[in-house]
Amino acid sequence: MKFISAIIKPHKLDEVREALTSIGVHGLTATEVKGYGRQKGHTEIYRGAEYLVSFLPKIKIEIAVASELADQAVEAITNSARTGQIGDGKIFVFSLEQAVRIRTGETGPDAL
Amino acid sequence: MKFPQLKSMAIAPVALLSGALPAFAQEAVPDKGDTAFMMLATILVLLMIIPGLALFYGGLMRAKNMLSVLMQCTMIAAVMMIVWVVYGYSFAFGGSTSAFFGGFGKLFLAGVTPDSTAATFTDGVVIPEFVFICFQMTFAAITPALIVGAFAERIKFSAVMLFSILWVTFVYFPVAHMVWDGAGLIFNMGALDFAGGTVVHINAGVAGLVGCIMVGKREGYGRDMLAPHSMTLTLVGAAMLWIGWFGFNAGSNLEANGGAALAMINTFTATAGAIVGWSAIEAIMRGKASMLGAASGMIAGLVAVTPAAGSVGPVGAIILGLIASVICYYFVAVIKIRFGYDDSADVFGIHGIGGIVGAIGTGIFTSGSLGGIGGADFSIGGQTWIQIQAVLITIIWCGVVSAILFKVTDLVVGLRPSKEDEQMGLDLASHGEAAYHS
Repeated sequence: MKFISAIIKPHKLDEVREALTSIGVHGLTATEVKGYGRQKGHTEIYRGAEYLVSFLPKIKIEIAVASELADQAVEAITNSARTGQIGDGKIFVFSLEQAVRIRTGETGPDAL
Repeated sequence: MKFPQLKSMAIAPVALLSGALPAFAQEAVPDKGDTAFMMLATILVLLMIIPGLALFYGGLMRAKNMLSVLMQCTMIAAVMMIVWVVYGYSFAFGGSTSAFFGGFGKLFLAGVTPDSTAATFTDGVVIPEFVFICFQMTFAAITPALIVGAFAERIKFSAVMLFSILWVTFVYFPVAHMVWDGAGLIFNMGALDFAGGTVVHINAGVAGLVGCIMVGKREGYGRDMLAPHSMTLTLVGAAMLWIGWFGFNAGSNLEANGGAALAMINTFTATAGAIVGWSAIEAIMRGKASMLGAASGMIAGLVAVTPAAGSVGPVGAIILGLIASVICYYFVAVIKIRFGYDDSADVFGIHGIGGIVGAIGTGIFTSGSLGGIGGADFSIGGQTWIQIQAVLITIIWCGVVSAILFKVTDLVVGLRPSKEDEQMGLDLASHGEAAYHS
């Protein structure tokens, strides 16, 4: 099993969800996060007081998938979240040791 | 309206000389229309304080200090109402012949009954004195509340309250007497201040400047993000201020007639000109017109037209608003940064500077040649010089006395909360509550 964590642009969330659903990923956690990478922040000015906002709002999505689905999922996220502009985000893939469905007690790929 | 009436106009607030003019006061019966108009105008000025000013300022602060600003505005309004009936009205309009002090004649509103009347700008037209007292009460209540924006987010609640009581006693009441009372120093110089440009706005602005310097900068000024937490509420508050300002300006005419109508249209046009002016200069200087800029222009225009509302023309008011916005913009966006004083809500930059521009502009745009009500004998140069003198007297009196009062407040209760309290936010530190829960 693989655990995929992806940082994406907020307005791409729906497209990413649709792309993942279409390849059979049924379940996703999304969190509003702030961070920075290569994309520079922006300046806000309030009556002449300038503030450099370097932490930009992003969405972090987390999914757990069977190992054989991982590459497809990464591709789905990449294609659906891409705008070609700096700041499109990153995807991180981890090995996942265990998963448990709390209601039934199922474990491993059956729990996904 | 002819220019000579201007003088009697300025007399009006004074004129409640029901004591000084007993025969007059007994004969004239208040007109129900004027009375109803003034009651409504009075309530509109209350709306300016809470929630108008409270939300306007509160939105400009960080979320952790929201309630402290709302509370300061609310409590100042309440305490000033009590102070006003106990001694404030007497100190300002108590009937003494001093140029600086109204005297002790009307402590606890002694002698005022439902039948007492206050004169207006028209001979033989009066309003109930209680209505006049209430109307002026709201002015005394809003002015110290305006000041708190300058040192918001970093002052003890006890210090705000003590300073406000001292300040109205030694600055507001004397200046109100000087400007609006028939015996007052500035009044007798012939200065025009229709609705309180010097008394309310220059006064509050100068006290704010002195205060923000003496209290010191906020922790993290120039380093941390101190941006407004809710520009939405700031616009809500600014819009309520605009609405309430019709009571402030048109009500200062004391009668529901053409003079009030002139003040009303000027309160529209000057503000419109100032909103456009501020937004335009922002668009030119930084490429974008901001909502905060539009709201700031709105207040700058309202401040500038306050002394002018009853005597300039509607088109002159547009120009006055435009000029006020450009100058206020320069003060909040350039001068403040250059000198490094931390005027949290730009009380000096907008109320102080806007008030000065308005007071001086009144001397110019009142001229009949510029659409104002000044007659053939009106001299722009002469009147403007009088206006400048009135401004200087107010700045010096307010600046010196305010500095002393901040020092006294510091010695008695201390001005600043601890660094820990400031870091935590004044909502929790001073009031034990939080504005928002997520």
